[in-house]
Amino acid sequence: MSSLLLHLWHVTLNTIFDVLPIVIIIFGFQGLVIRKPMPNMKKVVVGFIYVLLGLAFFLVGLEEALFPLGDLMAKQLTDPAFLHSGGKISDILRWQDYKWVYLFAAAIGFATTIAEPALIAVAIKAQDVSGGTISIWGLRIAVAIGVGIGISLGTYRIVTGTPLHYYIIAGYVLVMIQTIYAPRSIIALAYDSGGVTTSTVTVPLVTALGLGLASTIPGRSALIDGFGLIAFASLFPIMSVMGYAQLSRWRASRNNIQQDE
Amino acid sequence: MAMLQIFRPFINSFRDLLPIILVIGFFQLFILQQPVPHLEKILVGVLMVVIGLTLFIRGLEMGLFPLGESMAYAFARKGSVTWLLLFAFSLGFGTTIAEPALIAVSAKAAEVAASAGAIENTRAAMESYAFGLRLTVALSVGFAIVVGVLRIIRGWPIQNLIVVGYLGVVIMTMFAPKEIIGIAYDSGGVTTSTITVPLVTALGVGLASSIKGRNPMTDGFGLIAFASLTPMIFVMAYGMII
Repeated sequence: MSSLLLHLWHVTLNTIFDVLPIVIIIFGFQGLVIRKPMPNMKKVVVGFIYVLLGLAFFLVGLEEALFPLGDLMAKQLTDPAFLHSGGKISDILRWQDYKWVYLFAAAIGFATTIAEPALIAVAIKAQDVSGGTISIWGLRIAVAIGVGIGISLGTYRIVTGTPLHYYIIAGYVLVMIQTIYAPRSIIALAYDSGGVTTSTVTVPLVTALGLGLASTIPGRSALIDGFGLIAFASLFPIMSVMGYAQLSRWRASRNNIQQDE
Repeated sequence: MAMLQIFRPFINSFRDLLPIILVIGFFQLFILQQPVPHLEKILVGVLMVVIGLTLFIRGLEMGLFPLGESMAYAFARKGSVTWLLLFAFSLGFGTTIAEPALIAVSAKAAEVAASAGAIENTRAAMESYAFGLRLTVALSVGFAIVVGVLRIIRGWPIQNLIVVGYLGVVIMTMFAPKEIIGIAYDSGGVTTSTITVPLVTALGVGLASSIKGRNPMTDGFGLIAFASLTPMIFVMAYGMII
């Protein structure tokens, strides 16, 4: 228990240290440039302390419980002994043999995105600003589906060893085509959701999966092929969020037609 | 009833976490068919995550959102574009240079560069490479927030700028050393941290709602998008120069 408290203390200190530049910049500009007292100063400071403490608890909890387990599972699922179960060890592994890896990648990508605090923040803002047209859960689920698909495809890429940039450039072309047809109000939010998804929860778990895969597959280098999953996780939500907006617009227009009749 | 009100946010946070628990439980028990190790440790960890997420979201609405918005309003009232852009740059640069995920990625990138023979395989060379990379990414994020804020002020459509960015990424990909590409693409995603995102989003939305003729929905979002795009281009450029 005491080691846990010690860990919590260290992480809290680290979080404070990480946030220090932001605090200095904001209060520096507030004091030197704006030169007006901030409204509700006390409440903001308390809120900041909540954020710091919350983040520290969150990180320690993840490091104590979920990351070691996720790490272990990534290793077990990519272990040739597990992949060969039912077949002979001498068999050469084909890409189909990694089906549980793809499924795990999709499921863990989806699940970690739902718990991502930065995405919750953006979703709250988006619901506020859109006046409820975009719901918190609608956006979060759309982004999570995108991340799930992206990471799953990313693991397939590591298994087959195809160059990363082909996928990314093809993804860009798709994003541009979707941009032409998507409702204008969603475009900026969709682009944002790509960068938002990959922070505290998703990055460590996904990196473990990528490195686990790249280091067990013959001919792949962990250093070179292990990267790229985050890029997939930041690209696919753009498409899924625009898709979500297109779908809700289509449903709304269908309802309108039904009401008119 | 009052008790339920107090526990409500905790229940919500637990619900946010539930998918992870289900996925890990399912794969552990049914696919890998192994018992869950250190169950009590995991339960304590889950409890901490729930408490942490609840506090974070409470603090978000009390502190970070109002902070970002009040800064945006204050700058809009002041009417000085120069100061606003300087603030935007400092915010982007300052939050990125100390970002732990970026520190980890740049150390990895230095290993790749050393193993590919791009730099000497010594500790000093790798450290200076990693620091240079961090500086590059932080500069690129500062630049991105400046461009993003300018876009909000002027009301440029976001897709035009994104197309230019995508073209930049594609062109750089053709010329950048092969080893750096994966890291460059990933660096876009890792720069935006959990505290930066709510602040920057609130700043953008606040600016768009305080400037006449801007719509907070179409113009307010998009800062994060730039912050995840420019590092890819800058990191590939860094890989080419070094």
